[in-house]
Amino acid sequence: MNATVARLTARSLLGRRRALLLLLLPAVLLALSGVARALAGTEEDLAVGLLGGFALGTLVPLLGLIAGTGAIGPEIDDGSIVYVLAKPLDRHSIVVTKLLVAVAVVTALGAVPTFAAGVLLTGTAGTLAVAFGLAAAVAGIAYCALFVLLAVVTRNAVVVGLLYALVWETLIGQFVPGAQALSIQQWALAIADEVVGSRAGQLGVTSAVGLPAGVVLLLAVTLGATWYAGRRLRTIRLTSEV
Amino acid sequence: MPPEPVRDARELGVIHDIGYRHYDGPRLGRAYIRRSLYADSAKGAYGLGRAARTKVMPMLLFAAMCVPTLVIVVVASVTGGDELPVGYTTYLVQLQVVVAVFVAAQAPVSVSRDLRFGIMPLYFSRPMRPVDYVQARYAALATAVFLLLAAPLTILFAGALLAEMPVGEHLPDYLRALVYAVLLAVVLAGLGLVLAAFTPRRGLGVAAIVAVLLVLSGVQTAAQAIAVEQGADTAAGYTGLVSPFSLVDGVTRELVGTDSPLPAGPPGAVGTLVFTAVTALVVLACYGVLLRRYRRVTGA
Repeated sequence: MNATVARLTARSLLGRRRALLLLLLPAVLLALSGVARALAGTEEDLAVGLLGGFALGTLVPLLGLIAGTGAIGPEIDDGSIVYVLAKPLDRHSIVVTKLLVAVAVVTALGAVPTFAAGVLLTGTAGTLAVAFGLAAAVAGIAYCALFVLLAVVTRNAVVVGLLYALVWETLIGQFVPGAQALSIQQWALAIADEVVGSRAGQLGVTSAVGLPAGVVLLLAVTLGATWYAGRRLRTIRLTSEV
Repeated sequence: MPPEPVRDARELGVIHDIGYRHYDGPRLGRAYIRRSLYADSAKGAYGLGRAARTKVMPMLLFAAMCVPTLVIVVVASVTGGDELPVGYTTYLVQLQVVVAVFVAAQAPVSVSRDLRFGIMPLYFSRPMRPVDYVQARYAALATAVFLLLAAPLTILFAGALLAEMPVGEHLPDYLRALVYAVLLAVVLAGLGLVLAAFTPRRGLGVAAIVAVLLVLSGVQTAAQAIAVEQGADTAAGYTGLVSPFSLVDGVTRELVGTDSPLPAGPPGAVGTLVFTAVTALVVLACYGVLLRRYRRVTGA
């Protein structure tokens, strides 16, 4: 952890256009939930559809992508990362700091709005809102860790991240059930499944993986990606590329 | 040394006379520059003529669009029958995520880098004008997206013919779906380029385009589901205006009769008119915004 790195990261993450994009996503979720509540009342099926499909399926991966790659990508891109790397700081602590800032952003703009949308849609701060809020928070952490790593490894981090988060998890997962076993979204759903409890199957809050597998995989991806990102940052090549 | 005649120089081509050898040959002019930029950016969208690294992403997405159709075609020819298991337009709408990622990945390639590296003045120091640049880039990206949409349709159609399905039924469907592909390509290219032209930073443009396209699509799906459940048929139809995919779908299902996976289309003749007008407006607005954007770059 390093306060200066954290401050610099937060400033670049919340720069004008990026902040606009980051704010747009939760605003749309809350607006949609408000409209749904006003028109359809408190329906649990609808809540599960919106929270699972839109909040956890689209919003959190996109926020994780923008925050995760945005935390370190632009600096590597324009070469200003050397000013941070030249300081006597542990590379791992640089990665961890940037990750924590990204996670804070995704939690504030992804998990909290998901919880709020859950409250709005179900009418109470009940298990559904808590379950999806928690799942969004956990998925947000894993996505951030993965996308920070991607940003360190490749210049095309955003596109590669999109391919994973949208094409693999959503599209291929729909048609090839086996693909869902390797999906942060499904691992987080396993936690939501557990929180909702016995009514999960009836409400359709089901995951392709069990809770122990989900938690282990989430931890493994988060810790593994963070460690490897730090390791890659030790030997990063700063060639300019067009 | 007599000075170069400046009469048509801006129109025909710029050859700076710095006192060496004269050039009296043909000048290819603006139209040629525009054609070159068009061809170069259309090929560039698939990484053709560029480094191998840049080919990976578009080719992967191209394969993602085409491979499922091969499976569908094989399955259809084994099981027989007169119908493919999935409609032409329906297939494109189902794979809209891949299309959105392609637009998001390639629109910034086309325009963001020119802005990021500040080389727009180099373009405009040639006879080319902002109008030419915008037209060439826009047409090129639309062509690239159209190819991405048309390739799986063509495979489906060819497969249907090979499986000896009735040509009389499949040819019109295929042509109708191509109309959808053309319109969708123009709309998506416009939106993608506008967003990319305002986000020169690497990665941000990609995220912005995909976020906007997917959020619109997600909102549309959710809103339509709510409206259908509430029995508000007219409202359900008009929710299609929200997302480019359903917008163009609404136009073509009413005007040319494409198949559609959406539960509700534009309600009645008025709805069709509204959908068509909105589509035209979106395209014109994108073009106008791009022109404005590049007017200012030249001034700077």
